Amino acid sequence: MNRKIYLYFLTATLLFNISGNCRVLEVGKDKAFHSISQALDLAGNGDSIFVYPGLYKERELIIRKTIYLKGINYPVIDGENKYGVFIIQANNVVLDGFKVQHSGRSEITDIAGIMLESCHGVSITNNILDDTNFGIYSQHASNCFIKNNRITAYGKNEVQSGNGIHAWRSDSLYIIGNTITGHRDGLYFEFVTNSLIWRNISHKNVRYGIHFMFSHHDTYISNVFEQNESGVAVMYTNHIKMFNNFFLDNWGAAAYGILLKDITDSDISGNHFTKNTTALHMEGCSRINLYKNIFINNGWAVKIQASCDNIDFTKNNFIGNTFDIGTNGSLVLNTFNGNYWDKYEGYDINKDGVGDVPYHPVSMYSMIIESNAAALMLFRSLIVTLLDKSEKVLPGITPENLKDNTPQMKPWPL
Amino acid sequence: MKKILKYVMVDIVQNKIVLIYTALLLIISLSIFNLEDSAAKGMLSLLNIILILVPLICIIFSTIYVYNSAEFIELLVSQPLKRKSIWLSLFYGLALSLCIAFFVGAGIPILFYHADSTGIMMILTGIALTIVFVGIALLAGVLARDKAKGIGFSILLWLYFSLIFDALVLFLLFQFQDYPLENVMVVFSFLNPIDLGRIQILLKMDISALMGYTGAVYRDFFGSSMGIIISFLGLAAWIFLPVYFSLRIFRKKDL
Repeated sequence: MNRKIYLYFLTATLLFNISGNCRVLEVGKDKAFHSISQALDLAGNGDSIFVYPGLYKERELIIRKTIYLKGINYPVIDGENKYGVFIIQANNVVLDGFKVQHSGRSEITDIAGIMLESCHGVSITNNILDDTNFGIYSQHASNCFIKNNRITAYGKNEVQSGNGIHAWRSDSLYIIGNTITGHRDGLYFEFVTNSLIWRNISHKNVRYGIHFMFSHHDTYISNVFEQNESGVAVMYTNHIKMFNNFFLDNWGAAAYGILLKDITDSDISGNHFTKNTTALHMEGCSRINLYKNIFINNGWAVKIQASCDNIDFTKNNFIGNTFDIGTNGSLVLNTFNGNYWDKYEGYDINKDGVGDVPYHPVSMYSMIIESNAAALMLFRSLIVTLLDKSEKVLPGITPENLKDNTPQMKPWPL
Repeated sequence: MKKILKYVMVDIVQNKIVLIYTALLLIISLSIFNLEDSAAKGMLSLLNIILILVPLICIIFSTIYVYNSAEFIELLVSQPLKRKSIWLSLFYGLALSLCIAFFVGAGIPILFYHADSTGIMMILTGIALTIVFVGIALLAGVLARDKAKGIGFSILLWLYFSLIFDALVLFLLFQFQDYPLENVMVVFSFLNPIDLGRIQILLKMDISALMGYTGAVYRDFFGSSMGIIISFLGLAAWIFLPVYFSLRIFRKKDL
């Protein structure tokens, strides 16, 4: 009996403690609070605020306390095309299940749907952002989760629109499962380190699907970058890992599946490059391992400038590309080994699956087009075919050392 | 005219060369599609056949046919028949039989293995090139009285259209590479029926590469429906003009 009473008291005390320290504040038409800002004023650290469906026109909700902010059935928070919506300045805040729309736009400050300022441990999950200038903006944040958000904007040009997920001087971000469309850059990172970018879809943005600089030690896995106006461009970064991403349908004169500029010490593997004007463009890159990637039906599968060194292409599949490799000089400091090239015409006498003659992936005509673009019109004519064939026998213009000594006879099962 | 056309057709079929040509095309295209790992690669090989082999066979066969039927033509001219209808039935007979040969030999395999816009464009281009080169052959045949001269002339013409013209264009491109030549190149392509056909196929086949800056000029011009119509009008002009001039010469020619 005593024991039972003791247990009862213990439970009661625990319950009291929880409910005493963490209240639940409800916001809604027929609830205790009618606006989120009122609830925020009264809430203390550790409280929860439940927001019920409705349209809330609130200006710049600044969250300075550690609270759990939960939207039930996507309450709509409207910035009236003038204001930012959420500004999170406290640590360990959770923001879940809101629909944020119509944020303002300014030439002077960056206005965002959800702004993270100097905080850590914040989770932004399951929100819908519609017509925001910047979607989610993180500055000086660390250990934050940005997960399963749907971010849509209707940007018409690069100057007037902001980025979907914009991060600046942040560390250890987890950006997972977001869908971003219609922004200037889907994802934009500057000085963002040690972060994981996983399963995001960034498509039909006005400029780049993802654009980052000085963002070292980041990992990109299984993201999809599709039909962005200029593809993807990443710069001045070392130690990145890109696995199993998809770069699809980036068409145009300045569109690249991915453009790597001054990227060093990185691994790029298992990515799919399909139907891009230029699938992979590299300049000033060093020490990159490219393996098990698939290049299908691109104009140029790889454009590698002579300024790159120690790039290693191994076990990639090149299928149905108009040009496999394009380059702009005769200096070759990169290696190609064991790739499958569908244009390879060699033989395999000992049947070990490896071609017996090296493959030169740079066709002469791609060198000619590099220096004289109008010549593209003569492509696939008899004279060009003859020139290409004679160049294959006696390399004169194409870099002789750019070759795959162990070309595969069959595509890798990737 | 119908009757002459019938005689010409029967004569060409009896000739067996066209039948062999059909069988040859059929064997080539079937083996290409079956040997290559992907149908797209097969199309690429077939493109070379269409751009090189079809004009060559058409121009040489037609020229030889014109010379060989010189006696038949003389006989017809002695009858109360218009020279125009004699000459045109000769043209129609040659063009029709070679087009059927092309369609059976290459068109049906293409439709069978790769029936998309690229395939259809390839068939259309092949048929257009067939007719163009029959017309050019008639012109060559009517210009030179001597058979050897005429055949030599038509081989030269084929060489010019499939090789020398492009080499000249390439040469010009490099001589004037400091200038913006994209639009000039569009004009140049109209001076050669093979180029015109090739670019139309290229636009369907290498669409990704043509999305680049230079490609954009061609794509905007040739890729639009207006551009396709204009380039087929260009091909039509390439059919009409040689036949028209050959007819004018034939009308006044002392046989």
